[in-house]
Amino acid sequence: MANETFVTIASVSDIITAREHGRNIGKALGFSSTDLTIIATIISEVARNILLYAKTGEMILGPTKNGTREGIIIIAKDKGPGIPDITLAMHDGYSTGKGLGLGLPGVRRLTDEFEIISEVGKGTTVTVRKWVMQNE
Amino acid sequence: MEVPILKQGDYLIATIQAALTDADLLKLHYALVEKVGKQRSKGVIIDVTALDVLDSFATRTLRSLAHMVRLRGATTVICGIQPEVAFTMVQLGLTLEGISTALDLEEGLALLMLSKRREV
Ligand SMILES: Nc1ncnc2c1ncn2[C@@H]1O[C@H](COP(=O)(O)OP(=O)(O)OP(=O)(O)O)[C@@H](O)[C@H]1O
Ligand SMILES: [Mg+2]
Repeated sequence: MANETFVTIASVSDIITAREHGRNIGKALGFSSTDLTIIATIISEVARNILLYAKTGEMILGPTKNGTREGIIIIAKDKGPGIPDITLAMHDGYSTGKGLGLGLPGVRRLTDEFEIISEVGKGTTVTVRKWVMQNE
Repeated sequence: MEVPILKQGDYLIATIQAALTDADLLKLHYALVEKVGKQRSKGVIIDVTALDVLDSFATRTLRSLAHMVRLRGATTVICGIQPEVAFTMVQLGLTLEGISTALDLEEGLALLMLSKRREV
């Protein structure tokens, strides 16, 4: 993956920075304005999870390709406590905090490809890809 | 960036600027609840036209804000949710149940005046 942008997530203002990077990368790829809002929202959710549950982590954002399809890849990585039961965490309304429990399941609905790897005591990595809509 | 709160008659209008931090949102929370009591306001309008993202945290904050304002005897109207933001919220599963919404500030004020007239 070329041209990635790294953003350290350690405070709320980093979430806003990551969101702006995501929007810029998305704009350059030709995403619609609705998709740009979706991209910013996805980043907001996964970055906030880092802050809330792991305190610090990193986001990697960049363009990606699959054959002729172009899109954005968003990776949120932390070395926090990990998630003991991913199936449960992916349920609407499940939160160990004071949240609505909609972040992770919502992000899955908003993306084309969603992957979460988590190990208790080691950390969590969420990887999502969203493709630019192609005009027929 | 702090959110300015304007007083217009019986109502308070808070206009949220782009990309608020969580601390700003919480500050707004407390400022509004206090002002509703001090100024005996009957309604609060929160204008989110400038917000490009309403994520689960912001939605939760707005919901609890509206709830607190209600407990203080006033009504909250949230206005100016952008079409892209509305679309994303629906897909995320975020709702503003029990809170009135309006297209823009003008409609928000009209809505508050209407609900006041009904109570008389
Ligand atoms: N990076 C992470 N590290 C450790 N645990 C996590 C991480 N991300 C999510 N979790 C766990 O998964 C649960 C569900 O996450 P999700 O984002 O769906 O909801 P939430 O953060 O609790 O609430 P919301 O996102 O609606 O404000 C969290 O409550 C938390 O227990
Ligand atoms: Mg979350």
